Formats: sequence, C-alpha cells, structure tokens
Amino acid sequence: MSTTTDETTIVKEIQPLEEATVRFCGDSGDGMQLAGTQFSNTSALAGNDIATFPDFPAEIRAPRGTLAGVSGFQIHFASHDIFTPGEAVDALVAMNPAALKTNLGDLKRNGVLIINSDAFDKKSLGQAGYETNPIEDESLSGYQTFAVPMTSMTRGAVDGLDLSVKEADRCRNFFAMGLVFWLYGRSMEPTLRFIDAKFAKVANVAEANRRALKAGHAFGETTDAFRSSYKVDKAKLAPGRYRNMTGNQALAWGLMTAAKLSEKKLFLGSYPITPASDILHELSKYKNFDVLTFQAEDEIAAVCSAIGAAYGGEMALTTTSGPGMALKGEAMGLAMMLELPLVIVDVQRGGPSTGLPTKTEQADLLQAMFGRNGESPIPVIAARSPADCFDVAIEAWRLAVRFMTPIVVLTDGYIANGSEPWRIPNVADLPKIEVKHPGPRNEDDPPFMAYKRNEELARPWAIPGTPGLMHRVGGLEKQDGTGNVSYDPANHHHMVLTRAKKVANIASVVPKQEVMGAESGKVLVVSWGGTYGSCRTAVARMQAAGKSVSHAHIRYLNPFPSNLGELLSSFDKILVPELNLGQLRMLLRDKFLVDAVGLNKVQGKPFTTTEIADKIESLLG
Amino acid sequence: MASAELPVLKPADYGTDQDVRWCPGCGDYSILAQMKKVMSTLNMSREDTVFVSGIGCSSRFPYYMNTYGMHSVHGRAPAFATGLKSARQDLTVFVITGDGDALSIGGNHLMHVLRRNVNLNIILFNNRIYGLTKGQYSPTSEKGKVTKSTPMGAIDNPIHPLSVALSCEATFVARSIDVHIKHLADTLEKAVAHKGVSFVEVYQNCNVFNDGAYKWATDKDTKADTVLELEHGKPLIFGKNRDKGIRLNGITPEVVELGKGITEDDLLFHDAKSADPTLAYLLTRMSHPEFPEPIGVLRDIDAPCYDDAINYQVQQAKETRGEASLEKLFNSGDTWVVE
Repeated sequence: MSTTTDETTIVKEIQPLEEATVRFCGDSGDGMQLAGTQFSNTSALAGNDIATFPDFPAEIRAPRGTLAGVSGFQIHFASHDIFTPGEAVDALVAMNPAALKTNLGDLKRNGVLIINSDAFDKKSLGQAGYETNPIEDESLSGYQTFAVPMTSMTRGAVDGLDLSVKEADRCRNFFAMGLVFWLYGRSMEPTLRFIDAKFAKVANVAEANRRALKAGHAFGETTDAFRSSYKVDKAKLAPGRYRNMTGNQALAWGLMTAAKLSEKKLFLGSYPITPASDILHELSKYKNFDVLTFQAEDEIAAVCSAIGAAYGGEMALTTTSGPGMALKGEAMGLAMMLELPLVIVDVQRGGPSTGLPTKTEQADLLQAMFGRNGESPIPVIAARSPADCFDVAIEAWRLAVRFMTPIVVLTDGYIANGSEPWRIPNVADLPKIEVKHPGPRNEDDPPFMAYKRNEELARPWAIPGTPGLMHRVGGLEKQDGTGNVSYDPANHHHMVLTRAKKVANIASVVPKQEVMGAESGKVLVVSWGGTYGSCRTAVARMQAAGKSVSHAHIRYLNPFPSNLGELLSSFDKILVPELNLGQLRMLLRDKFLVDAVGLNKVQGKPFTTTEIADKIESLLG
Repeated sequence: MASAELPVLKPADYGTDQDVRWCPGCGDYSILAQMKKVMSTLNMSREDTVFVSGIGCSSRFPYYMNTYGMHSVHGRAPAFATGLKSARQDLTVFVITGDGDALSIGGNHLMHVLRRNVNLNIILFNNRIYGLTKGQYSPTSEKGKVTKSTPMGAIDNPIHPLSVALSCEATFVARSIDVHIKHLADTLEKAVAHKGVSFVEVYQNCNVFNDGAYKWATDKDTKADTVLELEHGKPLIFGKNRDKGIRLNGITPEVVELGKGITEDDLLFHDAKSADPTLAYLLTRMSHPEFPEPIGVLRDIDAPCYDDAINYQVQQAKETRGEASLEKLFNSGDTWVVE
C-alpha cells in the first residue's frame, strides 16, 4: 500500500519535524515490544526512514513493577536517511514508575513525557524507589509531561466486551499506541489490520484492542492537554518498493534466496538460543521453499547435522549465538578439514558464558577467527544493519560454495532485533549462484581425486549418489589430491598452508574496501558489524563540520580486503570503535602494524553517535 | 538396487585399496568382512551408500569401504547422519560407532536419533573398553574393571546398550557377535531391510586391551549354554541339547530345564513385532553369567520415519501454499513505494 491519511478534523497545530525518536517503556508484560513494532511499521509505511532498538530483560516476566523488569522499544524515524535508532529521546511513554525511573535520563529536556498515571500508586512507586510521586512533585517540570490515566480509560473503552479486568488492562498498550499515533499523525490502519489478523479467533479481544487504540487516538485529539502534534515527512530514500525488516528476518530471507539462486534445498540445523532463535522460527515458516529445519538436541548436533547435509550436496546452515558457537567449534574445524560449504551464523550477544543474553555485544570476533583447535582458517563476514543481513547472507553462501569452505556470518542482537526499511530487490536481477558438482565416472576412468583443487584452491564438491566418485572425507589429515589419510609430515605442513592460502584467496574476489570521505587524512574511523550506523553518523557530522575524518566499514573480516593496509597507512590516526575490548583493533595491529586506537564499550548497549564524535574530536586534538 | 544387467559386485569390490590399520586379530576385521559380504549379497549400490562414523578404532571403518563415507567427530555421527539422511532420502546411510563413541561422548545424540526414528543403520561395536586411547574403561565395562584409569576398579554401573535403545523408542534392536559370522551377516541384512532406525550391537573382541571379554559367548564349549538365539515366534530355548529355556515368573525371566513337567509351551515366546517393548526390554536385562545372553533381533516394528516426515512437511507446505515464489514473498504484507 502507499500512504493513507486519516480524515480527522485537526484543529490543533501540526509542527513539522525532520526526525524524532520515540521510546515506549513499561513492564515486561505490558506489550511494549508490540507497541514499538506497530509504531515502527506504521512509520515505515508512512515513508519515513526508520531504525529501531528493542531492549528487554532476559527474564520472560521479571517481577511486576520492578526496575529489572522494564522492557523498552525505541524508534527513530526521519525524513532523511538515518543509520541509528537515535540517542536522546523526543517522546517517552512510561507505563509505570519503574519504566520512568530507568528511562527518564534519556529524554530530552522539554521532551514529551506520557505517563500512565494509574500505575503510579504507592506500591509501584515504592518498587521503583520513589519516595514521592514524581507526577505530583516538581521533578518532571523540565518536560512536557502528560499524566494520562491509561488503565481506567482503557477499562472504560472496553466496557461491555465481557473481558476480565486483567484482560481489559492488557489492552493498555494499544491505548498508548493510539495516543502516540495521534501525536505523530500516524494512520491507525496498519495496526487495525494487524489486530484483525492477530486476534481473528477472539472477536472480543480484537474489538477491545481496536477500541483501546481508537480511544488513545481520540484522547490525543480531544484533550486540551496536547496543544500540538508533529509531522515527519517521507524520507527521500532511493526509489523502489520497501518493507520493514528486522535483521533476523532479513537474514532468513537472504538465506532462502541464496538457496533458490543456487537451486539447492536449504537445510538448517539449529538449537534455540537468544537472540538467534528468530532465524529458526522464520525459516520454519517457509518449508514450501524447500527449507528443511531441524531443531537439534544441542548446538553440536545442530552444526553436525548441517555438515551431513552439506556432504549430501545441499545448502547447509547452522544459526546460533556466542555460547552456541563455542560448542560448535570442533565440528567447524571438521567442516574446514572436509572443505565443505557451510554457513554458520553467530548473532552475538553479551558474553562471556551466558553473559547478557538479551543485550548486544561484538565480542565474538576472535572466537570466529580462532575459536578452534589447530590451524583452522575460516572466513568471517559481518552484517552492518538489519536490511544488510539479506545481502550478507547471500554473499556468505556465494563464497562458501565457490571456495568450498565453512564461513561465519556475524550479526548481533542489536541488528537482529532492530528493524529498518528494506528495498525489495527485483528477483530476476539477483545473480545466480553457480554450483558445480562433478559428474559420474566409469570404472576404467582414472580414479577420482577428491582433493584435486582448482586455480582458487577449492576442491570439487562430489556428492553421494554419483557413480564412480566414491570418496571418504574425515578429520584425519588428507593426502593432497587423493584425499587418502596421510600422516606424512611434509604433506600436513603443505595442507595447512594450502587451506590457509585458499581462505586468503577470497580477498582477490571480494570488493576493495570502500571509504566514506577522503582516502587520506587525519583520522580514519574503522568499524565492523552493528556499530556501522553510529560511526557513519558521527563521521558524517564531523565531515559536515569540515573535519578531516573518513570512515571505513569492514564487511570482510577474514580475509581483509586487499587494499585495507594501504588505506590504513594513508591516515595519521586510526580509530576503531567496538563493543568489545579491542578485537578488530588487535587484528589490524597484528596484520598491518598500525597504531590503531580503540573506543571500547561493553555495556550491552550500542554506541551513541556522540560518544564516537567526542572520541574523534579528541583525536583531532 | 542395480538392475539385472549390471554385474553383481563381489564382497571385495566394496573394499578400498587402503591399508586396514586395525591390530592383527581385532574383531573389527570380521565385521568389515561381513559388511562387504552383506552389501554384495543384497547387491547394494556403492554410490548410494554412505558410512558415517565418529572417533575410535571402529570409526576408521568408512576408510575401508568403497562407498561414500565420513569420518566425523567423536560421538556425533548420529547427528551428521540425521542431516545427511534428511537432505538425501535416496541414500542408504550407516552409522559405525563404538561403545565409548555412542554411549559416552555421544550418548545424547544416540538417544535422539533413536527416538526420532531416522532411517539409518547404526552398528555399535561393543568391546567394553577404550581401544584407541589405549585401554581405559568404557561405559559398558563391568563394575570393578581394572584398567589404566581405574587401578582400583571401575565404580560406575555399566550401561546396557540394548536397554537404552529400547527406552529411546528404537524400532529395530538386535545383537550379534563378531565371530559368529553367519549370524552377524544375517543380522546386518535384517537391519538393512528395516525401514527406520536400526540399532545393532555387535560383541567385538579387543585382543589388545580387553581380550576375551566375550570368551563365554564365542568358545565352542560354552556358547550353546551362554548365548540364546532369538527367533520371532519361537520359544526361548538354548543349551547344547536344546533342553533349557526361559520362562516368566511373574514379570521376571528365569532359566528352566525342559522335561520334568515343563514343556515348550511354558516358555516365553519371542515376539519381535510387538508394539509394546516390555518383553524385548526384559530380554536386554538377561546378562551372563546368570542368563544366556540373547542374540538376534529383539525388536523390529514399523513406525513413521523422521526423514520421511521432515520431507513430507515440505511437500505438504508446497501443496497447501503453492510453489515458492520469492517475488510473492518479498511483496507480501505491508509494503510501500518510494517514487
């Protein structure tokens, strides 16, 4: 659909804005993720560029009303290209005192603060550690505060629908949505459609949510409290058809697309783990795309089953997060020895061990590079944003089959759960992925050489069922060419070098490292993965101020692009912001002997643009 | 299966040119020989057969078969085989494993491959010792077993592999002995014929680290009294003179002598086709020296296979939702156009 406008009598002032950041926060049972998702989709449909940041606790339901149980969802939307979910919040919806307490610090001075005043009772205030009610004291005077009795208004709206009080109260998030929809001139239509589909089987719940949504909207329109609403124009995105995508969804679709482009079945062996499970869920929906999803008994079985499918000649995939990849290490080494194509997706989260399962981090880079026994080179590529996951997935499979190698795709919780507009590609324009399997041989043909390599050092992918190509693969060292087991010391040395060289060869077929800005200067910001948006925005801001700063965002982490060393040497200073203690920086220093400086943060949160801009400023001196 | 015009392959045609590196006298040689023989008897296609193994002496097996093969990581062969068979239903897939591989490090995977009923043939070489790591006790070693890692005797209770298999819903469960070559070949043939997971335990001698572990079952003088050959529908009779049998006393099996008022009809009759695994389970609990140990097929029932089901769902999804179209998928739901 295109844009829809509600034909409402708007008598209030409408202030135009270029961009805005809104955050919904409440108890982990309050439906804040749903509210945020609906608002994002609606904003995307209205033509804004958007970036989102869901943030929720690891517990399914932390005790109600507690600071630990606060769940939030932030949406940044704009009439221009944006790359981050924003930092300072323009409008905050707080469903209870705990949510207010934990989120108020991010609200701009004089920002819009919408509070469910019904939730500010003595008990809840106490749980959040408030001695006095902030609605009644002066502490919120610096904001445009709107204390709205959402619970009672929602109850009123759904009266007569034969709902329990608990059921009625669960519609509060729709009331909040309706109010914010009004505030930003959003159409309710997409959400009404969503309600129809989602609650098709429970007519009274559907009606209750519809009424709550409309009541929230009507409240904004009629109450005297709100004097104006806001309008953010359509973004000038590249022409085309768009849809809103999360990283996990884009990754799943990219993998399905890669399977189609190579005319393969897709076999996923996976074990549920936050924040990667949604890829398993998403792929499980599309079995009609020749997708086989195997929920294995553990992470090890997941990767092993995928390797079995790869040996069988199909597109094989395993998806996980950091602790899961740790378990997969041995089998990944085997896949590297077998020289079979396999995509291993690691949606990074806060570590080590169980760490912060629902929070983001970038600390698995070294694990992806080195987390195996022996010399075990595996290529590594990383997605930079939700929509980019689609392209990275296809690229990963393309490289895996071309070089007959497992490959690691790194994303992170921030990219995986966040969303942004994705420009729908023309399927016919997507290049096919050519996969060659050697054909049958006769008894009197010379014996098949399972490890005879092509000029790029890839071995043939001979698949079971082909007459005359019977061969055995395994983790014991193989004689070059024949693939027979070999304990010959010189052969082992040769094979270790050959496998390393094969992976290094990938650099010759991937694009040269691009740079945003001049190719030489004072500071080069080097980033990878999910920090792309904040780095890019910070650098753009500095460039606009005339500073000598450029930005190189690395997609290919192993091997690095062939021109990266030269690029690094063209700048006085290299800054590497990372959500770890300096993993890429270590690799760059090792490989290129550059004195790269780090900006490191391990708090389970993405960088703000300001953090990066401040660091660049300090390096510029 | 090959058509009639194709030459029938001899057992040797199923072997590779690789040197077999098991210790001289190892029971593995016998199993390898019978496997080649069975493949020849059944005229199995080499290119449509895959041997998947884990780690251990037995797991070198794929290197010696002129078929497709994968020597994988320790204990995980069932997982590799599950992925392979799910993706490629047209292949005949064997899992070759040992008591350490399948029951210790791979215990989890064994449990799941059995309960899923993936159409695989799992051959467990049980020598009750760790051979490749040079002589530590294994999950099937008897309590009190003195080895390099248990100088004062093993204190763990041993696992009964067939009991485990049955409790994991295995649809085909059998046992044979490395040197009983005819029985072994016959058992392997039946395993191949079974649709669904087949689990065959083979008592196998490690003449270096655990020589004679099954001497009672292989010695000419004792085997008739210590081993009971199961036949579907037949009473449980054993002994040199076939004068002993197994009778149920309540729910407990007991050894009885035929004659003196006890006839065949008083004995327990073997029913490998019973949907209820209880009697088969009782058989797995009969251990030497209190009982003769049953060999042959304990259970052989039909049940839906995992690999059929996972592919059926794909088929079903195609029928109900139509052939996959990326174009349609991408443009489904809420989209918008930027001019």
